[in-house]
Amino acid sequence: MSVAEAMPARSYNLSKDELGADILEVAMGPHHPSTHGVFRMDLKLDGETVVDLKPIFGYLHRNHEKLAEDIPYLGSMPFTDRLDYLCGMTNNWAFALSAEQLIEIEVPERAEYIRVICAELTRLVNHCLLVGFFINDLGALGTPLLYALREREKILDLFETLSGARMMVNYMRFGGVRCDLPDGWLQECERIVDQFPAFLDEYETLLNENEIVITRSQNVGVLTPEEATNFSITGPMLRASGVNYDIRKVDKYGIYDRFDFKVPIGAHGDCYDRFMLRMLEMRESVKILKQAMADIPEGPIMGNEPRVFKPDPQETYGRIESPKGELGFYLIADGTTNPYRYKVRPPSFVNLTALRHMCIGQKVADAVIILGSIDIVLGEVDR
Amino acid sequence: MSGLNHELVTQQFPEVEWEEKNQCFVVPPEKAKEVLTWLKDHPDFRLDYLSCVSGVDYLESEVKTKEKNEEGKMEVTVTQVPAKMEVVYHFFSMEKKMGPMVIKQRSMERDNPVVQSLTPIYRGAELMEREVFDLFGVQFTNHPDLRRILMWENFEHYPMRKDYVTPNDYDYEPTPHDEVIERAEERRSQLRGDTV
Repeated sequence: MSVAEAMPARSYNLSKDELGADILEVAMGPHHPSTHGVFRMDLKLDGETVVDLKPIFGYLHRNHEKLAEDIPYLGSMPFTDRLDYLCGMTNNWAFALSAEQLIEIEVPERAEYIRVICAELTRLVNHCLLVGFFINDLGALGTPLLYALREREKILDLFETLSGARMMVNYMRFGGVRCDLPDGWLQECERIVDQFPAFLDEYETLLNENEIVITRSQNVGVLTPEEATNFSITGPMLRASGVNYDIRKVDKYGIYDRFDFKVPIGAHGDCYDRFMLRMLEMRESVKILKQAMADIPEGPIMGNEPRVFKPDPQETYGRIESPKGELGFYLIADGTTNPYRYKVRPPSFVNLTALRHMCIGQKVADAVIILGSIDIVLGEVDR
Repeated sequence: MSGLNHELVTQQFPEVEWEEKNQCFVVPPEKAKEVLTWLKDHPDFRLDYLSCVSGVDYLESEVKTKEKNEEGKMEVTVTQVPAKMEVVYHFFSMEKKMGPMVIKQRSMERDNPVVQSLTPIYRGAELMEREVFDLFGVQFTNHPDLRRILMWENFEHYPMRKDYVTPNDYDYEPTPHDEVIERAEERRSQLRGDTV
């Protein structure tokens, strides 16, 4: 059976003649506060209902891939921070992981643990922000967002003491990490992670049972599991639709097979599930962090990195579970110090494919929260 | 893809090539949709998830290989590799938790490459194929909405191609004069492909 038969594309029966109403075209963005950057949606509205939607972006395009082809491999590392500028650590890791596949470098134990700790802290940062902005999009301006930003700031301070920058960390290297943890960093990190569940409890009492959150987000922007897979959706959005696919569990990259954590799964695939799933994922991240901080060994932080990074001609595709979904790097080496082809597989760009499908037939106010629940960052979408 | 039975595919579709070096299938564009529909439903593969679509541009090049001849001397053989354009698809199976399976559509007409769009089967390909069209100028037949996506609508070139000449500041000088005019003219002739 073809896809068109199994999952017919959603369309909206125009009732223009019956109602005597006209279709209204609205350009929402690029300077709209709820589009999370310079993103534009060209909406066609019948009254308040969305009839058609076109996502338009590229305002931040700087051809990251072309830039990377003209510089050595490691030179792209600081640029990867600027892809998804909220999650510098995971971007670094994805690129390092792919490059390590080109040349066999063994990453030392301690570096692997530091990577996991940084990646999970990044997940907390990202999900905090997402949840805060999601509530902001629902109309609760300011207050809940600032609660989330307060927690995020603590973790960014940790990153600053570790790497010198809050967001543009440029921390990982091929074969390890750039510098060791400073004295007292782990204790500080432990203190912050221990406090984190209290914040989650507080946040959940405020929001989970909140009637406005429930009525606004339940049964809005529903994606079935088949649709989600077919649309190449990844990350929390896919799992909210009920597909059990977490690359940390599937690929077991790094040392993720050593930790005991669960993968939360949604049941309905609507905006509320996506919101809840992120809350649950933060609790799992706290679990991983606690285990990693208890087990972290002493030792070197860099493997035997070759002086000149010059892989033999080959192709590789490396991917990790970034907070937004599958972040992959496709590298083609041609035997020189620069990559022949450097391709980023950005999760939020691909997740946007389903935006039109989810919005058709919904109210225009719901289009805002559907976009919010996808979790896009324009630095990554436009590259 | 570990443990992949690639002969299963090449037996079913003799046109499909298996490339040992890169561990990938090369599918002729006119067959692409048929092959992928088969792979998607086949119980051994179940490729239900398309992860990544990338374009790769290869210019015409020479490959030198050194070999010892009968007299024991090193002999250099030069082989011409024709220009080509590839569209690389990375597939995974969410159901069977395996992958990646790399499938390439190759067009030997680099200047005007045409391949088959997989959007009718995998709707996740829509934006990614548009990006390849935008940056590489690959035409996808049967794509529902093939427009520029990252560059603006009336942009002329395809910036990710290997022979693309990157613009410099002189192009945007509002009142060009003296030296700037010369440099701009130089660049224009570069773009036209004049040989100096």
